[in-house]
Amino acid sequence: MSSPDGTEPLIEVKDMTKVYGEGPASVQALKGVSLTIRRGEFLAIMGPSGSGKSTFMHLLGCLDHPSSGSYRLAGQEVSGLTRDQLAMVRGRQIGFVFQSFNLLSRTSARENVELPMLYAGVAREARDARARSILEQVGLAERMDHKPNELSGGQQQRVAIARALANEAPLLMADEPTGNLDSASSVEIMTLFQHLNRENGITVVVVTHANEIAAWSGRIVTFRDGLIVDDRPAKEGSAA
Amino acid sequence: MSFMVLLRTAWKALLRNLSRSLLTMLGIIIGVGAVIASVAIGAGAQAVVLKQIESLGANLIVISPGSVTTGGVSLGSGARTTLTLEDVTSIVANVPEVAAAAPYSSTSAQVVAGGVNWFTVIGGTTPAWPIVGNWNMAQGTFFTQDDVTRVSKVAVLGSTVAANLFPAGGAVGTTIIVKSVPFRVLGVLTAKGQTGFGRDQDDVVIVPISTHQERLTGQTWVNTILVSASTADTVAGVIDSGERLLRLVHHLAPTAPDDFTIRNIANVQQVRIATSGAQALLLAAVAIVSLVVGGIGIMNIMLVSVTERTREIGLRMAVGARGRDILLQFLIEALTMASAGGVIGIGMGIGVSFLVSTFAGWPTVVSGFSIVLGFASAACTGVVFGFYPARRAAGLEPIDALRYE
Repeated sequence: MSSPDGTEPLIEVKDMTKVYGEGPASVQALKGVSLTIRRGEFLAIMGPSGSGKSTFMHLLGCLDHPSSGSYRLAGQEVSGLTRDQLAMVRGRQIGFVFQSFNLLSRTSARENVELPMLYAGVAREARDARARSILEQVGLAERMDHKPNELSGGQQQRVAIARALANEAPLLMADEPTGNLDSASSVEIMTLFQHLNRENGITVVVVTHANEIAAWSGRIVTFRDGLIVDDRPAKEGSAA
Repeated sequence: MSFMVLLRTAWKALLRNLSRSLLTMLGIIIGVGAVIASVAIGAGAQAVVLKQIESLGANLIVISPGSVTTGGVSLGSGARTTLTLEDVTSIVANVPEVAAAAPYSSTSAQVVAGGVNWFTVIGGTTPAWPIVGNWNMAQGTFFTQDDVTRVSKVAVLGSTVAANLFPAGGAVGTTIIVKSVPFRVLGVLTAKGQTGFGRDQDDVVIVPISTHQERLTGQTWVNTILVSASTADTVAGVIDSGERLLRLVHHLAPTAPDDFTIRNIANVQQVRIATSGAQALLLAAVAIVSLVVGGIGIMNIMLVSVTERTREIGLRMAVGARGRDILLQFLIEALTMASAGGVIGIGMGIGVSFLVSTFAGWPTVVSGFSIVLGFASAACTGVVFGFYPARRAAGLEPIDALRYE
């Protein structure tokens, strides 16, 4: 499934720009980016800090509005959607994984996983059953009722991944998912992403500055100064 | 997101900062407690006044002598001696809506029975008096018209006097001495308690008006005429007819002022009800101020909470929460906090009412209405003052909220 050839595009971005602030003090974070990501791709976005990769990621994740350009997600133009419509897109189409996990503290793993389903209006029994099955899938069957502070970093990130999968979104976006993890946990998390990409056909976009993380992907897109400067397949077999 | 889930989330958020939540609720607690207690005390006072009006006698009208003006100096009401027993008979005979009318004169004297004595009020009247004043007999009988005609030396005791002169009971049939005149006790009145002005109505000895005038005071006029209208609707008519009749009987020139005062006792009591209403209003104002202060406290803490939980808000938005989901979450949190304060306040208000009636002896009536009112005003306060922080939370941009440090 990692081969992009012949499959339909999930993401089509054309001439996307993002300007922060106004007038002479404004900063152009993205200067016209075009990118197509097909369903089933495993993509790494790389680049130094300030290159615009995080901004691009936030725009892809519908967390922010582009200043100009078009963005089609699963065939739907999302750049002109209202706040509520964007919330719906985030809830149903996109699963987020953050560097700092962003789990609700004092709330069990299972309830954290149920959160997106609450906003999507999934009934209680279905929520409960699905949260259990996803947590089993990410290897946390024994720790469902533990609170985040009772879990290791790697386990917390797996809860976050389970949460991202709750509404069966076709797109998983991860912002430095291993940035707060030791190398053993990093490998675990990347293996999980690879598994979800290969076995479940989920499109995965990972933002990272680390080459060894990018190497897990099938395609590496590099940003510099608000533009894509490099877009090529990752070297086969370089993954650990 | 279902309402129950929102409630549970709100409840958890409140318990997470229990002491902070309680302190925030304090204003609401005091406000609602004040509403409950003030309404209870006001309602209690009102109930007492209403009972007193009833005990005074239904549709009671009081005629008292007018003021005297000599050489530009006005003496107070009652200084004149214009009311007579003939006035009473002519009112009864000529005003059809009058159910009963009784003269009433009073003097103070030492009453002696055996080795005991008691200083009290001696009232002189006719057998119409218990009807007009709604009095009942606890023991024995009231004196008759015959006793009035024959100037009998008989008396009826108020319960306070009976209790003080005859602590062991058995007053009926004994003899008491008032100003060296022996009176045979015919009966004892049932207790009525204090008037609205704090006077003990039962501290009295009642004798025939004729005996009162000839044996005790020597006065030929009467202090007051008590008139009972047949129904509440006829009170105004009786006052009007009574006034015209008395002017006629007293031969007053059309330009001369009344030499008597005629008024409805219920009016006087209504003034008292209005006064207690004003007190209740004052307490209600205190309660409203307290609720507003409590509401500002809630708003303040909710703003702090929104700021503290900015990243949580961002995360919720990232996983699909719409603005109104966030709005509702914080609004329900404010509402839950205010309602919990309201419930505690209701408990405190009932407690205070209970303590006031137990230790201060004021009657209180905790009404269901005040409980509903207290809870509703607490909940309203929560919604009104929770709205601004909730709207601020809902208006956050997801990415700004997520990146907030």
